[in-house]
Amino acid sequence: MSSVVENAAAYVAAQQDTAAQLPGYGLAALDAGRAAALEQLSRHGLPSQQDEDWKYTSTRSITRAAFKPASAGAPCPADFITQSVIEGLNPYRMVFVDGFLSAALSDLEALPGHVRLRSLAQVLSEDATSVVPSLGRMLGDPPHGFAAMNSAFVADGAVVEIEAHQHLERPIELLFVSGCGDEGLVSMPRTLVLMGEGSHATIIERHCSLKEVRSLNNSLVEIDLGKGATLDYCSLQSQSNRSFHVGGLFAGLAESATLRATTVSTSGALIRNDARINLNGENSTVHLDGCYLVFGRSHVDNHTHISHNSANCVSRETYKGVLGDRGRAVFHGRIVVKQDAQKTDSEQSNQNLLLSEEAEIDTKPQLEIYADDVKCAHGATVGQLDDLALFYLVSRGVKRENARRMLTQAFAADVLDRVESAPLRQYLQSLASDRLSNALSTSGAS
Amino acid sequence: MLKISDLRVAVDGKTILNGLNLEVGTGEVHAIMGPNGSGKSTLANVIAGRDGYEVLGGTVEFKGKDLLDLDPEVRAHEGVFLAFQYPVEIPGVANIALLKEGLNAARRYRGEPELDALDFLKLVREKVKLVEMKEEFLYRSVNEGFSGGEKKRNEIFQMAMLEPSLSLLDETDSGLDIDALKIVSGGVNSLRSQDRSVILVTHYQRLLDYIVPDYVHVLAEGRIVQSGDKDLALKLEAEGYGWIEQSAGAAA
Repeated sequence: MSSVVENAAAYVAAQQDTAAQLPGYGLAALDAGRAAALEQLSRHGLPSQQDEDWKYTSTRSITRAAFKPASAGAPCPADFITQSVIEGLNPYRMVFVDGFLSAALSDLEALPGHVRLRSLAQVLSEDATSVVPSLGRMLGDPPHGFAAMNSAFVADGAVVEIEAHQHLERPIELLFVSGCGDEGLVSMPRTLVLMGEGSHATIIERHCSLKEVRSLNNSLVEIDLGKGATLDYCSLQSQSNRSFHVGGLFAGLAESATLRATTVSTSGALIRNDARINLNGENSTVHLDGCYLVFGRSHVDNHTHISHNSANCVSRETYKGVLGDRGRAVFHGRIVVKQDAQKTDSEQSNQNLLLSEEAEIDTKPQLEIYADDVKCAHGATVGQLDDLALFYLVSRGVKRENARRMLTQAFAADVLDRVESAPLRQYLQSLASDRLSNALSTSGAS
Repeated sequence: MLKISDLRVAVDGKTILNGLNLEVGTGEVHAIMGPNGSGKSTLANVIAGRDGYEVLGGTVEFKGKDLLDLDPEVRAHEGVFLAFQYPVEIPGVANIALLKEGLNAARRYRGEPELDALDFLKLVREKVKLVEMKEEFLYRSVNEGFSGGEKKRNEIFQMAMLEPSLSLLDETDSGLDIDALKIVSGGVNSLRSQDRSVILVTHYQRLLDYIVPDYVHVLAEGRIVQSGDKDLALKLEAEGYGWIEQSAGAAA
């Protein structure tokens, strides 16, 4: 192996020490995939602000001290799970503790036969050949060192398989609890969602923290939507102020498939989300929404890349951010329309509300269009609360702090209002409302 | 109810109200008329507590309290209501959510229990009829996509819900067709009582055919230059504001 970039050295060494214990070790295709990812991690290291795609997000708080790969079996009390359920959602639930499935905390009762929910570790141990071809297929070449790290260590996570033409009524919840073990652990779950032709499902990927310990959650999700499949997807990051989150959502859509994905970030020290959507089949549609609430000294970076690879596809992207205190956020929305992707219909918008002088947003729309018959619109705005609207509310007797909360919440409301599942929508709305009330009352902004 | 003495107010460093005196008794309806730029809207906004108006001097007493010392939401709780000349559109905040928050904040301020969902809805249903507004408007975002007339009706509906003791109607008649004007006036008239006072700020006499005032004042160059009964409004309608401005100019 060539020389190793310093910020990745500890991870490379840890992988080399433990590779033989990873599930499925010895299967040539899997070993080769892990080795190639390790090679990339060694050679390029973890990203820094020298990398164009990380220009506005410093990883120094992550790289200043290497995290140790978490191991299975960290304790997580059952109470914690029962107390954090989403009311009325009634999902099939898989719980991951520091990235490893906890069968005891999961609830897959009454799961219909046409749906398979298994842990990746189980599949790799028992039935690896069935899943290895899908592993990394939507990801492609890892776009950065974190994704390479996830691939080099790939061991556990969820494997969701839905058979063709099946409509799953109840949602699937993948609950990732980090901060269960010691200080300084990194969890690296990998989730595969494989949906057959014409199938329909709702999946919630929720990240939270048990303890406020320094932790890194390096999570990667690959979604393969078959012809005409529809997936409602929600990724929620609501973690402790000492947790770092690097999340990836890599999806490929076949003909006439629909993905409605909403990413909601409410808390965490640093959150970086990469979403890469490939509209591979004609007439496929993606709605990619995001809502980030950034207070204290948090940093949230949403990096999206939608690629129109076929004709007649639709993309709708709306990201909305509310920033207060010394919060910082980044939005980079790249849309690529390939030469054959005629009749592409694409809209992108990023809107931000800045509630304090110290808050900062860097927003960068990027359109690359190689086809000639397309409709592409994009826009980005940064603004403050409207004084006149504020006065209108208080003149009706609404207390100023409530008026600020109402207006702030209203700003982000449309993104959350579009969430299809009513219990999930209400949960997100009240989570956002609580987060904003709390942030607005402690920030003392006037 | 309201006593304004020698009020002087500047906007962006320019003096708009320049020694204004006005007394409004309980249960009275006063119309304030005047040419454009005379300070009518400034007066309404200063009473309601909008930012951007610098009080240079004078006092505003409301029910014995120094009104200028109170935050706008407290003024609302004390019973001041401003029907905006240009009602603000607030996407994402439902009309009914605004009213519930405002009404219950006022009730808490007065030491009354908050209305529960059922009683609140009952009250809403009763008041919404006054202005012949469709119930669906309650659940829509505040004024968003409302026509001019619908916005003004919504103002009067809010006023009916909050039952203010002093209502300031800032050019509520502007932009209304005759049917909407009748509905809006009907709403205001139904709220007239011995305990409530109203200040109508208007450029035209037309509104006063429907809401008959007890007193009419003419505002010019930041002061009230003439007061009278409703006949004064008719004279203004017939002769315009020219003679007022001349006499105001002569007096200054």
